[in-house]
Amino acid sequence: MKLQQKEEPLPDLLEKDQPLLEVKDLSLSFRQYREGLRETDLQVISKLDITLYKKEIVAVVGASGSGKSLLASAILGLLPENAFLRGTINFKGKPLSPERQEHLRGEEISLIPQSVSALDPLMKTGKQVQAVIKGKNKKAVQQEIFDKVGLPSKTSNSYPFELSGGMVRRVLAATSLASSADLIIADEPTPGLDPFALKETVNYIKQLAENGKGVIFITHDIETALKIADKVAVFYAGQTVEIAKVENFCGSGENLRHPYTKALWNALPQNGFVPLPGSQPLLSEVAEGCIFHPRCPVKTDLCKKKQPESKSKNGEMVRCFYA
Amino acid sequence: MLKVNGISYRYQNNGPWVFRNFRLAVQPGEIVGLCGYNGAGKTTLAKIIAGYLKPHEGEILVDEQPVSSFTGIRPVQLVWQHPEKSINPKWKMKKVLEETTDLDEELLSLLGIKSEWLDRWPSELSGGELQRFCLARTLGKHTKYLIADEMTTMLDAVTQAQIWHALLELAKQRNIGILAISHNQHLLQKISDRTVSIA
Ligand SMILES: Nc1ncnc2c1ncn2[C@@H]1O[C@H](COP(=O)(O)OP(=O)(O)OP(=O)(O)O)[C@@H](O)[C@H]1O
Ligand code: SF4
Ligand SMILES: [Mg+2]
Repeated sequence: MKLQQKEEPLPDLLEKDQPLLEVKDLSLSFRQYREGLRETDLQVISKLDITLYKKEIVAVVGASGSGKSLLASAILGLLPENAFLRGTINFKGKPLSPERQEHLRGEEISLIPQSVSALDPLMKTGKQVQAVIKGKNKKAVQQEIFDKVGLPSKTSNSYPFELSGGMVRRVLAATSLASSADLIIADEPTPGLDPFALKETVNYIKQLAENGKGVIFITHDIETALKIADKVAVFYAGQTVEIAKVENFCGSGENLRHPYTKALWNALPQNGFVPLPGSQPLLSEVAEGCIFHPRCPVKTDLCKKKQPESKSKNGEMVRCFYA
Repeated sequence: MLKVNGISYRYQNNGPWVFRNFRLAVQPGEIVGLCGYNGAGKTTLAKIIAGYLKPHEGEILVDEQPVSSFTGIRPVQLVWQHPEKSINPKWKMKKVLEETTDLDEELLSLLGIKSEWLDRWPSELSGGELQRFCLARTLGKHTKYLIADEMTTMLDAVTQAQIWHALLELAKQRNIGILAISHNQHLLQKISDRTVSIA
């Protein structure tokens, strides 16, 4: 039972150094059939990197359509059939093959369901949480977890429709806590939540990490991301352009290194609401040079000709010649 | 003026009221922000004001005429949170637009819609790109008021700023009044002339 992990001795150095999840130089394309039976490959991700350790929350932010949800599907093995994946995805040090993905999905890797409708309407909530618990004393473990997320014990006899939205969210939290999964992927779990519900959801995602799980938190809500994440990965047009420490998101973005990250930060309504002109290109539209150069306010001639490689240091990363 | 005149609504007869006797006025060209807790009835209100649902009490008036009396194109238009849900996936974008309005080049360029997007299928555009089309669709010549229900919640901050800047500019040009619904207080403070909350 993962809940007891707090009492366990600290994992030894070797295990601590090994990432839970390691995505390296990932690329993804879709085979498309156009009129006239012409086949084309539409590349949507290239040079995508992300690394996650136990007890860590990595927020993934970035442009709409930059490949965030596709990354989640790639890790879970839920891509459509016409998708072609290249590069490395390692889970606990070993490559994630399709067979392994199918085996691990739900068991060791799990997706946080977005909505209330993820619960079975005809099953009492206690039973639903017990269903994901492995081993003996399911009932007792479930009670312990309900306690932890602040659900009264009588809630276990309630059906989902008898609960408020907030309580349902706690049941979802309990389900993720109870599952044996070590890697949790949350794809936009917070849009449309009022401040109260948002706080609850954030707390439970924090609880997951405190209980030893690694969490990938995909969101557009940068303010929330900064409250809970250890580091922030920024995606643009299918590439990781920067992985930054949370503290670097401050002021007018002077500590942020990639021009797109700065633009994202300064576009927040509370930070100036500055709209960077232009739109995110398809990868195929930028044949040469930096993927961001058509919109970059500080580009040079070099940027139009050559693709910048990623530069990494101390868990931070940036893909820009001048950062 | 858009007048929400003491409306009440409930989903079932004898069920609980979602809201009672709600009042609100939006002047032409005015931007009003609306916030409220989950389940407070914001989206229900949006649908009633746009004329998709009938209130049990009260009425919605546009320039002193009930919205229900407008035939053909509605003077009050609604933009939703999820653009992909309101666009026919089997139509190319050009057809999606032409279904409701004539192609207005100036509007398209103000909203940052590239001409090559017109030839694409909805699945080949990102959420932000689709949302621009949804906006273009609702901003026909007859639109006097727009209700934006979590319009940019699913979009990145840069796209959000772009779309709001374009919309605010257009609202100024055409004197369109906007009711902006959002949980993002920072956003509402930035764009609105005043904000109200629904309890
Ligand atoms: N089945 C598919 N066939 C072709 N293109 C696709 C397919 N699925 C996604 N794409 C494209 O891949 C790109 C990345 O999509 P993805 O859904 O990962 O974006 P995202 O970063 O999650 O965006 P958002 O923030 O709007 O949710 C987009 O350009 C999208 O149109
Ligand atoms: S490499 Fe050049 S174009 Fe790309 S982000 Fe850096 S400065 Fe801008
Ligand atoms: Mg997504």
